[in-house]
Amino acid sequence: MAHAASRPLHRRAHRRFAAVLLAGLVSALTLSIAAPASAEEIGLDEFDNKISGLVELADQPLADVQLVVAGGGFSVEVVSGEDGRWAVGVPERGEYTVTLNEETLPEGIAVIDPELEQPNVRTITVGQSGSAVANFFIGQGERNTVSLLDQVVERLFNGLNFGLLLALAAIGLSLVFGTTGLSNFAHAELITFGGLMTLLFGVVFGLPIWLAIPIALILSAAMGYINDAALWKPLRKKGVGLIPMMIVSIGLSLAVRYIFQMFVGGDTQQLPGATDTGLEIGLFGLSWTDVASMGVSVLVLLAVAYFLLRTRLGKATRAVSDNPALAAASGIDVDRVIRIVWIMSGALAGLSGILWAYFRPGVSWDMGFQILLLTFAAVTLGGLGTAFGALVGALVVGLFVEMSTLIIPSDMKYVGALVILILVLLVRPQGILGRKERIG
Amino acid sequence: MIDWILLFSNAAQEIISPTTAAYALAALGLAIHFGFTGLLNFGQAGFMMLGAYGFAIATLTFGWPVWAAILMGVGAAIVFALILGIPTLRLRADYLAIVTIAAAEIIRLLFTTNTFESVTGSADGLQGYKGGFEALNPLLLFFDEKDLLGFGPWVYNPYDWWVRIFGWGLVAIAAFITWRLFKSPWGRVIKGIREDEDAVRALGKNVYFYKMQSLVIGGVFGALAGMVFILPRAVVPSNYQTSLTFFIYAILLLGGAATVFGPIIGSVIFWVLLSFFSGFIARAVEVGWLPFLTNVQAGQLRFILVGVAIMLIVIYRPQGIFGNKKELAFVK
Repeated sequence: MAHAASRPLHRRAHRRFAAVLLAGLVSALTLSIAAPASAEEIGLDEFDNKISGLVELADQPLADVQLVVAGGGFSVEVVSGEDGRWAVGVPERGEYTVTLNEETLPEGIAVIDPELEQPNVRTITVGQSGSAVANFFIGQGERNTVSLLDQVVERLFNGLNFGLLLALAAIGLSLVFGTTGLSNFAHAELITFGGLMTLLFGVVFGLPIWLAIPIALILSAAMGYINDAALWKPLRKKGVGLIPMMIVSIGLSLAVRYIFQMFVGGDTQQLPGATDTGLEIGLFGLSWTDVASMGVSVLVLLAVAYFLLRTRLGKATRAVSDNPALAAASGIDVDRVIRIVWIMSGALAGLSGILWAYFRPGVSWDMGFQILLLTFAAVTLGGLGTAFGALVGALVVGLFVEMSTLIIPSDMKYVGALVILILVLLVRPQGILGRKERIG
Repeated sequence: MIDWILLFSNAAQEIISPTTAAYALAALGLAIHFGFTGLLNFGQAGFMMLGAYGFAIATLTFGWPVWAAILMGVGAAIVFALILGIPTLRLRADYLAIVTIAAAEIIRLLFTTNTFESVTGSADGLQGYKGGFEALNPLLLFFDEKDLLGFGPWVYNPYDWWVRIFGWGLVAIAAFITWRLFKSPWGRVIKGIREDEDAVRALGKNVYFYKMQSLVIGGVFGALAGMVFILPRAVVPSNYQTSLTFFIYAILLLGGAATVFGPIIGSVIFWVLLSFFSGFIARAVEVGWLPFLTNVQAGQLRFILVGVAIMLIVIYRPQGIFGNKKELAFVK
């Protein structure tokens, strides 16, 4: 667990965001892996609710820093462990104050936060999730230690990585939309499914990750097939309109998402290797996981492009997208094409879910829903129903989301991408690669 | 043992609860958008949020009186409807769906971010804006504020009654307005747009303008619903996630999308059933009837039920309980 702290996880985002990720990481690691307990933990077994944090200065953990957690007549004192971490169990949900004793910090270091009068005292609320994180901004000018150019390059690569994994999900969504006209809101759950299955086989069943990922992909593809065979094909045969089908997909999304939560709970859990520091390259803040993720995305996207442009089936798919009736009249088995598109869509969404689990990092019940709107934004931005438009749109969205954090706070980074979506619709409603007549 | 009386009385309270009124009002706005005009607005949560925050911020930050605060929320919703409508109302229906859902999320993220904490209270939200509304309570002329009034399961203090009277009064007014509107020539044009936009355009009507009016009226109902929604609770941004809009769709589809009373009765049925079932499941877990569920899981079951209900209604009874099959909102 000590190595996780030294990894510059915050490279992707603002420190506050990193704090949330780290909290998830702490809880996941303490739950799943029997790591040496170097963090200082008090009363975690006794109470259900938890407040935790990490004391670090420029990525170096600070040990033996004293903190006092108090609230609702309850008070406990804790010191940070070797890895800078601390966690205390608290009896009830509600508001607590966490006070960091500045005298226990090393010489010349203080808690800094220009927005607060008393930066070493924080008030936090333990909410529905039963856990909360209290981190302090220690040291000074730590955000300036990385030069602007390095930051730009780092975000560029992160944006590319994110855009590519978004493209995998977006192309699947776009192919389904193109061939059946369905705006599938339950696509988010296909994404989550890929991550969850990898977690199931790779962590719960303990299979090696190179085996767990292919199994998860096969199951995702099967899930895509089941989606079509059990629900959408009968609805098409019944002659249900497109807008009712879209609302059905919303109901399906809601139901399946909470079924996932019933099984896995509200926590975030890590896939093997997601937080491994041995994989750092030391270049542009990338790790081998990031490089592998980008490599896999590019290969799969090339394969999809080859399929669509060069194979008979791919041409049939595009023909169905263009005009299903005409395609059927020229001897194409439309149902078969749609079935294959659903299988592809499921597998691509599953893969993007696995990569998303490594990018965030973590697997959770609503991970797909978190990027559903961005996926829709990518598809709409590129042009509804055009596969390559989805790719372009996804790259634009991915790069924009990551690059915009250079200027705006990271808790607003999705705002930028969604605003861009609305602006593009104003000027070029058919999307970047869409044809004008498609918008009707 | 399960306390059936308590379960039934909790469910009965939902019949007149302000939350039910708020959902009914929001669903009525959505009926104007979706049921009568055929506009796929997936951002009703955004309109509600603007009403709620407009009211709360005008009261807390600017110190405005109640009527001005209400106007602020309504005004914010009108501006939001115009911003949404201008780029999308000329496009196909699914574009409006994607843009409205995105816009509602933008608003939620803007109210959640720490950047504007001094005004919005970020993730913790706002409270303490009810003073002016409380002072308007006419019941205080006859009763003391600590009196308990009512009978059976419906026993509340004067403030709680005032919230209910205000909420259901608004619902009644909104329902009357909707009923009058769709009896008028304007309403016939709107329904014509739903059935065949091109035909209406061929008659020389400005379809874009009519759609915009419908979007604004339904949005204002949404904003008023947002205000009713926050009277018994605080304003918290996490209440306005996309699932709020989906719940309202469930209510609308349940009652019947192209009806005036459908959304109202739909809301009552929805909340009574939801309260009863979640209460029943929670108790059943406690007494050990459902050994495979924990209490937390029982709480998630309601979302699963709503999701499945949406699917079943749309597939098997798309016109809802009160709807007329000839007046389906989704013809295309």
